Amino acid sequence: MSRIGVFTCWCGENIARTVDVDEVAKRVAELPGVRCSLNYKYMCSDPGQAIVREKIASEKLDGVVVASCSPHMHLKTFRKAAQAAGLNPYLVEMANIREQCSWVHHDRAQATAKAIEIIRLSVEKARNDAALQPIRVPVTRRALVIGGGVAGIQAALDIADAGHEVVMVEREPSIGGKMAGLSETFPTLDCSQCILTPRMVEVGQHPRIKLYSYSEVEKVEGFIGNFKITIRQKARYVDISKCTGCGECWNICPLKRNLSEFDYGMGMRPAIYIPFPQAVPARPVIDKSQCAKLIRNGCGLCEKKCKAEAINFKDEDRLVEEAVGAVVVATGYKLYSIAKSQPKATLAGYGEYGYGKYKDVIDSLQFERLVSASGPTGGVLKRPSDGAIPKSVVFISCVGSRDNAKGLPYCSKICCMYTAKHTMLYKHKVHDGQAHVFYMDIRAGGKGYEEFVRRAIEQDGARYYRGRVSKITQEGGKLVVRGADTLAGMPVTIEADMVVLAAAMRPADGIEELAQKLNIGYDEFGFLLESHPKLRPVETNTGGIFIAGACHSPKDIPEAVAQASAAASKVQVMLAADELTREPEIAAINEQTCAACFTCVRTCPYHAIERAEVRTPRGAFIKNTARVNPGLCMGCGTCVSVCPSKSADLLGFTDQQVYAEVESLA
Amino acid sequence: MNIGYYPGCALHGSSNDYEQSLRACLGVLDVQLGEIKDWICCGATAAHSLNHKLSLALPARNLAVAERDGFKELFAPCPLCSMQLLKVKKAVGDERVRKELSEIVEAEVRGESEVLNLIQLFEKVGAERLKSAVKAPLGSITGACYYGCLLTRPPDVVHFDDFEQPSSMEAIVAALGAKTVEWNYKTECCGAGMTMSNEDVVLELANKILSNAAEHGANCLVVACPMCHVNLDMKQAAVERRFGKKLGMVVYYLSDLVGLALGLSAEQLGINRHFVTQA
Repeated sequence: MSRIGVFTCWCGENIARTVDVDEVAKRVAELPGVRCSLNYKYMCSDPGQAIVREKIASEKLDGVVVASCSPHMHLKTFRKAAQAAGLNPYLVEMANIREQCSWVHHDRAQATAKAIEIIRLSVEKARNDAALQPIRVPVTRRALVIGGGVAGIQAALDIADAGHEVVMVEREPSIGGKMAGLSETFPTLDCSQCILTPRMVEVGQHPRIKLYSYSEVEKVEGFIGNFKITIRQKARYVDISKCTGCGECWNICPLKRNLSEFDYGMGMRPAIYIPFPQAVPARPVIDKSQCAKLIRNGCGLCEKKCKAEAINFKDEDRLVEEAVGAVVVATGYKLYSIAKSQPKATLAGYGEYGYGKYKDVIDSLQFERLVSASGPTGGVLKRPSDGAIPKSVVFISCVGSRDNAKGLPYCSKICCMYTAKHTMLYKHKVHDGQAHVFYMDIRAGGKGYEEFVRRAIEQDGARYYRGRVSKITQEGGKLVVRGADTLAGMPVTIEADMVVLAAAMRPADGIEELAQKLNIGYDEFGFLLESHPKLRPVETNTGGIFIAGACHSPKDIPEAVAQASAAASKVQVMLAADELTREPEIAAINEQTCAACFTCVRTCPYHAIERAEVRTPRGAFIKNTARVNPGLCMGCGTCVSVCPSKSADLLGFTDQQVYAEVESLA
Repeated sequence: MNIGYYPGCALHGSSNDYEQSLRACLGVLDVQLGEIKDWICCGATAAHSLNHKLSLALPARNLAVAERDGFKELFAPCPLCSMQLLKVKKAVGDERVRKELSEIVEAEVRGESEVLNLIQLFEKVGAERLKSAVKAPLGSITGACYYGCLLTRPPDVVHFDDFEQPSSMEAIVAALGAKTVEWNYKTECCGAGMTMSNEDVVLELANKILSNAAEHGANCLVVACPMCHVNLDMKQAAVERRFGKKLGMVVYYLSDLVGLALGLSAEQLGINRHFVTQA
């Protein structure tokens, strides 16, 4: 016979107003297995908990039911109280008679009857509870950071400075991400490279950061605290351990007319190149699609010129494995591809702007390169078609953003600010030039942001038109921009020398494949999903994997950095101890009855069930079975519902418990 | 190839030169046009601004008749007509609408026939077939292909080509040995809806289109719409008077160029009946 204690809470008036708590306590005391039943005004208060502790000891209780609020509120509180009194905390159950009873009913008699029924179920569950022990998982005290943009750099440095080893994987030849290519940043007009490159150097030189540049995550195995990551190091054709970064190779390379990825096609680079002078690592890479040696066994000048003998035309992709305990995903963004063919029609809108047709219609990242001191024009704003200095520039915001018809429904958040910045940078470079901006709304929420936009308009004279542009055509060497000024109620036609499109932000290429490898969620646009939008903003639903930066949603540099530091601090908490403790309410497979059909293996959303073998102590094979990995299981119960032989069960929520509850209602 | 043919009002009236051109060149290409019986107005001009149901029911009847008579493909040379027919096809994706329309027009509207515009018809014939049938390559022609507003729009109804920067007509013209130009007004409005009510607008728009084509080096315009043809051809003299310039742009139907390349004469194709005939 069980000895269950039932503690009914008034929750001040919250419960007691609609539920007759004295009647409840009296009636519940008669239930089979209940040793004592009492009520109190605030069960969660210190005196309330003291009553629970005292009764556990004095009545030798072997189970506790607290009839109060939702287990989300106070289950932990009462489990701790029980533990303090020497009772296994997993023998405590909550009967929710507040959210599910007193708050939603008016009739006192009926609510009281319902409260008794709810408690009856919980008592039955408690009678069938088993003592459980928390799961301990060993932790590899190293972290992986995927992506070497500003968010990845911040996260890696924070974790490494806290004393843990960090493995950083960056798919481009250099870290730095999008920020390395920006000219100046809003709202202070800091030089972007000046503030980023010292941080890049720190990463490159940090004794606890292992940098894999020009590499990608190939495979992810394992679980929280124990990930095994396979990294593909793409063939670079340059041995970076021998290379000194002297530059002889890229100076001698005769194939200098290749569009530079770093300059978004605004400049040229040789076939062997470093993306930009401050690259980390400052080691070149050979573009195998352009190198004459690799294509047709010609040239080879760089190899002859290299004193360090670092050029290796026989280089191949290499796979390496790294063990880590936590992962930070910071893969960043790309721009909406304006008017290019895409699998989804909504990702290929805005053919009317002639992007790709008219050379002087460019996107905002291309404009950044044209006004950057390190850019292909040395910071002099020259338009791409003929190198002339544009005297009139039209900026169009929301190209692809906030447009359900031919773009994406969300706001890309940073375009209003960088467009205002662009008008200022333009005015600072071309004093007699005129900037025009077509906008839908100006969204300038942020410290110093609204003031910044006002400065662009009032001091630097940018003309803002609230309205959209319908078409851009080219006539007599001018781009004719036709749009609407909806505040004036007039059509506007501007003859411009250059047009800059503030294209929407989208997650970087390959995000969905990466998310699938990591088994983390993403939304319909490919942005990675946080575990809770308010309270768990950098965690994912898979333990040990965190997100930071624009892979989560469009965001500016300060936000990306803040989120990266938040993710890093979560990683530090995880890596602070040699092992992790997890709740034991997970699935278990009865290996004796398991028919090894492996339906559960295929169904498990967390890949937490594996194929295993049952063997005698001497190692003789007995049978195949499914086996739960306690490090991965999230206790969702999907396997329990699909198992045809009823061999899967959820500890703390066993079938037996649920049946007992249902039967008690009869 | 035997396909259903819905001429619509224009091809039996103001633009019967278009029909003459079509019939002549399709005859050479061995495409038989089976004109659907008792066709009625497509509803493009007035119905859709007055009554949504009527604007669906009118083309629905034409579609139903074509389907009843077993035409798997229905050719509507006027883009207003083809857009209306495609609008019905889209609407009958909803089974309730399909039933209601069938009831109204007293015939089963299935919405399964493929609706073709002029460009799509030539695409069906095939560029290779056209190339091999060319007898008189159009080396002297440098055309500005003009799609107008409705051939590519609304994009989620017609699903045809890139609706802002289309290129399918250029491909056909190129197959005939002619050159084409890249220009700015391929898909702009010609003002056809204002022809009667506000000629000023029409003349200004037509002037922009004709002048821009000329500026980009075209010696003629190529259209696939009777409305566009009326505005750019018939109104061209008025444009010249209003803006005090000489344009002299011949406006060809796409089928005119195909016919010429196949060796037909201007008279056979009805080109001599255009207002502007001197290239």
